[in-house]
Amino acid sequence: MSDTLLDIRGLTTRFSSPQGIAKAVDTVSLSLMQGETLAVVGESGCGKTVLALSILGLVPDPPGRVTDGSILYQGHDLLAMDESELRRIRGNQISMVFQEPMTALNPVFRIDDQIAEPLRLHQGLDRRAALAGAVDALALVGIPNPVKVARAYPHELSGGMRQRVMIAMALACNPAILIADEPTTALDVTVQAQILDLMNELKARMNGSLMLITHDLGVVARMAQRVAVMYAGKVVELCEVGPLFAEPLHPYTRGLLASVPVLGDRSELNPIPGIVPGIFDLPEGCRFRPRCKDAFDRCTTLPPLLEAGSGRRVRCWLHQ
Amino acid sequence: MGKHYKVTSGLLGLKTDAVRAVDGVSLTVSKGETLGLVGESGCGKSTLAKCVMGLESISSGRIVFQDRDVSDWPEKALRRKMQMIFQDPYSSLNPRQKIGSIIREGLDIHSIGTRAERRARVQELLGLVGLRPEHGTRYPHEFSGGQRQRVAVARTLALDPDLIVCDEPVSALDVSVQAQILRLLKTLQTRLDLTYVFISHDLSVVSHIADRVAVMYLGRIMEIGPGADIFATPRHPYTEALLSAVLTPDPTRRTERIPLSGELPSPMNPPSGCPFHPRCPKAFERCPQERPELRETAPGVQVACWLY
Ligand SMILES: Nc1ncnc2c1ncn2[C@@H]1O[C@H](COP(=O)(O)OP(=O)(O)OP(=O)(O)O)[C@@H](O)[C@H]1O
Ligand SMILES: Nc1ncnc2c1ncn2[C@@H]1O[C@H](COP(=O)(O)OP(=O)(O)OP(=O)(O)O)[C@@H](O)[C@H]1O
Ligand code: SF4
Ligand SMILES: [Mg+2]
Ligand SMILES: [Mg+2]
Repeated sequence: MSDTLLDIRGLTTRFSSPQGIAKAVDTVSLSLMQGETLAVVGESGCGKTVLALSILGLVPDPPGRVTDGSILYQGHDLLAMDESELRRIRGNQISMVFQEPMTALNPVFRIDDQIAEPLRLHQGLDRRAALAGAVDALALVGIPNPVKVARAYPHELSGGMRQRVMIAMALACNPAILIADEPTTALDVTVQAQILDLMNELKARMNGSLMLITHDLGVVARMAQRVAVMYAGKVVELCEVGPLFAEPLHPYTRGLLASVPVLGDRSELNPIPGIVPGIFDLPEGCRFRPRCKDAFDRCTTLPPLLEAGSGRRVRCWLHQ
Repeated sequence: MGKHYKVTSGLLGLKTDAVRAVDGVSLTVSKGETLGLVGESGCGKSTLAKCVMGLESISSGRIVFQDRDVSDWPEKALRRKMQMIFQDPYSSLNPRQKIGSIIREGLDIHSIGTRAERRARVQELLGLVGLRPEHGTRYPHEFSGGQRQRVAVARTLALDPDLIVCDEPVSALDVSVQAQILRLLKTLQTRLDLTYVFISHDLSVVSHIADRVAVMYLGRIMEIGPGADIFATPRHPYTEALLSAVLTPDPTRRTERIPLSGELPSPMNPPSGCPFHPRCPKAFERCPQERPELRETAPGVQVACWLY
């Protein structure tokens, strides 16, 4: 559990717009260990998807660009690789399940052709073997009647089925790392539970690592060993899952937890006031300051990610 | 106590008449309470809401609102008393209309008050939902999702409705903003003696806001009763399975999930007998043969299941 598989250092991704240039991901440093599930959590617009796209070299350019940092995978910097080198890693050693399954699946191709493509590309299988591999992958993700589903088009499947297909596609080449961006957000709870259990089971079987992006603290609690909380493009708290929920340190993490209704608990919610700022109008100093009820004079300067004991990191002056 | 909104509808024909979106539903909502409507996508929550609002005609059964059949209400009077809030705060507001005029529209249509009084009422409503007076002169695109949902709430309140049907009002919002809106809805309810029908696929949200809860599956109500009761001791096997799938933000409380076999059947072709029987871990011979009706199993709790 202690081998670092992916080491992200000072990653910064900027977007340009008529309003200027702004950082959607700002000097993010994170590591993903062998065999672990790391959850990246935060509200809409915090930079979670841009972080994932940056790792895989998929940031739309223009308007976006990874401008700083390094991402070490097996000793090589992904950010220094050219497109052909990246393509050998993407979908093969590091794959991704996208937030919107319908945008990631091509509506005009049958399911098996889409899953077969990375198998042909990365494993050099011929068409027949790759199509057989696609059926195996569908069976692996628990799709009943995989032979029939293999010949279907995306629109013929339910949302839960499509998400399974996405996972099958991402796992077809036995990647070492799966990055799943809100893989269950659009699904009903019963289907969500099935998909999450499936991801856990497959991760254990393949001894892979999972970077799970979500805004749902219930999903985090269920799946993660470690958690990175993001706010306005920055990691604000980094911690093991137990202590994070037992004793959240950052006022944003605390506010999130106080905002979530818990099944069967009717006690009053204590929402964080206001909203996440856009990247083009970030406040001075601590980015959470305008919404923080603990803010004090110090907070007009941006706090660094401070050590908070036993591997915990918190970006807040209260914990200096 | 007080007035009762009795809702009784039968087999519903949508435009195609081929889908049984809502089937043999009977329920009542009492004044001042919140009835939560839960169930998975496509189970008929929105359709039921539209029937209640009179926006969708029913092919059999009756919907009674304040002791009078909905179809006997003059359209305009009904619109004053019943209002609806939708999921999508983006598409439910006219982008070319200023916020103030959006909120004032109902007052204009119903010719309520003088111009000055309407203007004052808009200011009052903006305050009530936590917006500032100057927000009235802005356009929807200048607002965040949460602020737009506040506008939608203000608009529904303009005519002093008795019943507000909220269809997934917080589903598109961030958790912090969702909590802000939930709090607002609760405060307004107490302050204005409002009655809510609150639809959500998020059981934690519903357990937080609803007094009574109806669990729907394939257009039918499987279980209905006080929320505290249903969430603590679910009786219907579907309710049980649904609740067991809910994730709580607490890593020390990993509940055992009751697995459901198969996929949700199409409402075009609902299973015989109990609609849940093909997926029910507790189904027995009777279940595919006869359809169980809602039956009282405890005070105020009704369950449609042959186990009871
Ligand atoms: N193509 C783009 N052009 C300009 N800005 C962008 C672009 N893509 C993302 N951004 C901005 O970058 C920030 C981070 O966006 P991102 O999609 O990573 O958020 P997220 O945390 O994934 O949110 P969500 O939970 O809504 O998926 C946002 O402020 C967003 O507006
Ligand atoms: N205009 C229509 N014509 C035909 N079928 C319809 C129509 N509107 C809804 N349906 C069908 O009726 C059923 C119930 O739909 P409804 O929108 O009420 O579900 P819901 O519970 O609100 O779902 P969701 O959680 O996805 O909003 C679905 O199977 C849907 O496909
Ligand atoms: S640094 Fe200050 S403003 Fe930022 S979270 Fe901590 S107390 Fe709040
Ligand atoms: Mg995203
Ligand atoms: Mg609906």
